[in-house]
Amino acid sequence: MNGAAIALAAAVRSGTRSARESVEESLQKIATGDHEIHAFLEVLADQALERADEIDRVVASGSDPGPLAGVPVALKDNLCTTGIPTTCSSKILEGWRPPYDATVVERLRAAGAIPIGKTNMDEFAMGSSTENSCSGPTRNPHDHDRVPGGSSGGSAAAVAAGFVPVALGSDTGGSIRQPAALCGVVGMKPTYGVVSRYGLIAFASSLDQIGPLSATVGDAALMLEVIGGHDRRDSTSLDAPAPDVLSAVDAGVEGKRIGLVTELVEDTAPEVAARVREAAEALESAGALVEEISIPQFRYGLAAYYLIAPAEASSNLARFDGVRFGLRVDAPDVAAMNVATRTAGFGAEVKRRIMLGTYALSAGYYDAYYAKAQRVRTLVADGFAHAYLRFDALLGATTPTTAFGIGDRTEDPLAMYLSDSCTVPANLAGHPAISVPFGGDEMGLPVGVQVMAPALGEPTLFAVAGAVERAAPARAGGTA
Amino acid sequence: MSGGDARPPSKPPAIGPEQVAHVARLARLELSDDELTRFTGQLAAALAYAAEIGELEVGDLEPMAHPLPLQNVLRDDEPEPTLDRDTVLAEAPAAEDHRFRVPRILGDEP
Repeated sequence: MNGAAIALAAAVRSGTRSARESVEESLQKIATGDHEIHAFLEVLADQALERADEIDRVVASGSDPGPLAGVPVALKDNLCTTGIPTTCSSKILEGWRPPYDATVVERLRAAGAIPIGKTNMDEFAMGSSTENSCSGPTRNPHDHDRVPGGSSGGSAAAVAAGFVPVALGSDTGGSIRQPAALCGVVGMKPTYGVVSRYGLIAFASSLDQIGPLSATVGDAALMLEVIGGHDRRDSTSLDAPAPDVLSAVDAGVEGKRIGLVTELVEDTAPEVAARVREAAEALESAGALVEEISIPQFRYGLAAYYLIAPAEASSNLARFDGVRFGLRVDAPDVAAMNVATRTAGFGAEVKRRIMLGTYALSAGYYDAYYAKAQRVRTLVADGFAHAYLRFDALLGATTPTTAFGIGDRTEDPLAMYLSDSCTVPANLAGHPAISVPFGGDEMGLPVGVQVMAPALGEPTLFAVAGAVERAAPARAGGTA
Repeated sequence: MSGGDARPPSKPPAIGPEQVAHVARLARLELSDDELTRFTGQLAAALAYAAEIGELEVGDLEPMAHPLPLQNVLRDDEPEPTLDRDTVLAEAPAAEDHRFRVPRILGDEP
């Protein structure tokens, strides 16, 4: 199994490479390259070097700093980090320093990983291009005039540019997988409940899940084993250990039944569809039994998602009222202060989603929009359940197109929403899914192939993803 | 352009400026006239797309609020440390006497 983080941690643990060297190299690359890419909102140089020296001392003393010893990681800026600004790329949280670490951050630190910085994102994770950031867009390392995808665009770009071997993002409707596909890296959304959401600033609580972005499938597996597993501080956390996935990556797909989802091939650009079909053929050559299956319910997933997610967001974001954290715009009374603060603090897309959600939940519209969307969510879950009677895993595109231009979709929110059409079904059902880079289009822009598996099917997911990775062709444009 | 960008047939706007202004008030947001016009068009387009599901016969399906069949979880009723009050208040826009400080809540006269 290959992996930059796996190799780096092994070298640091065995003392053949110092954690300090590893952090210095990462900081050097960020210093040289990130003024152009803008993946990071904050780089934690001093802290990271200090932590690296601690890890080197642990190694020198003969102890083991953990499975991610000395590995620099980038963290999406909606993950709370003690004393380090955590803004969600929003003016309403500018300068706020959380009083605690997210569980995933705690677990990364305990495994020897070194947080190197906080990455840019669409404000409150609402977007598919990282253009909805109060500090400006991130650029795709493969073509600086194109978006990296979103909302975890900073984390995807940081990995694609080689600034860090691994990063964390969050995925509500595709926000890990879609930017991973557009940037040519691996991005994985775990089964809902496998990774604790404690310390993740909430967008849509029944859909949000934290997961890894990395250059290889093996590194994503290692990250999931470190961050997964029960956490009593998240009431939706499953009472089970982290899934055993590292050993699955090289397990192969002999005899595995894989369904190629018609809707996730036909509704995509021709070159994306061609790569997905090639991946299906490669899996067949590797011993899998591949058959096409239509899941027509998927076509309604996006419409349901764009009612459910804004509805939950309108409730979650009520907490930004100018009282307890972040921005306050003064006014003579509390209600006016709430309005002035939220009006000045939220960007346009966040306002749109809050209003969309408020409308879908409001008297007279609740049944027509929100309750109906929840029934359609059941319909999508039933579509999956039916497919998994015949298949162990499903295959399709991660995104309808390769990376689009900066500014192309900002004036047309609906066009932007359609970027999530292939990724949303797995969120609605709560199932695991992963995007693996598989060649590119004529311009050399990366294409992502998506693998999905039933709830807690992570070992199968990683076995199929590993096989897709081993069969992946080179891209015309080469590396970023 | 790919099939993934295909638009559903356009439908009449389901939401007008008055409703958008009402929703903004409920959400404690203030919109300029320009914003009201722009957001009305954009929300109408999003709702017209969402209305696609209106045609589906799903009345007999259970609404799905959550992916997991979760039950309430209660921890043992034992005192344990919480976040440090001063650390939390230090990040608030305004604090006084160990509390969050806010502007006037009620009118001038009690």
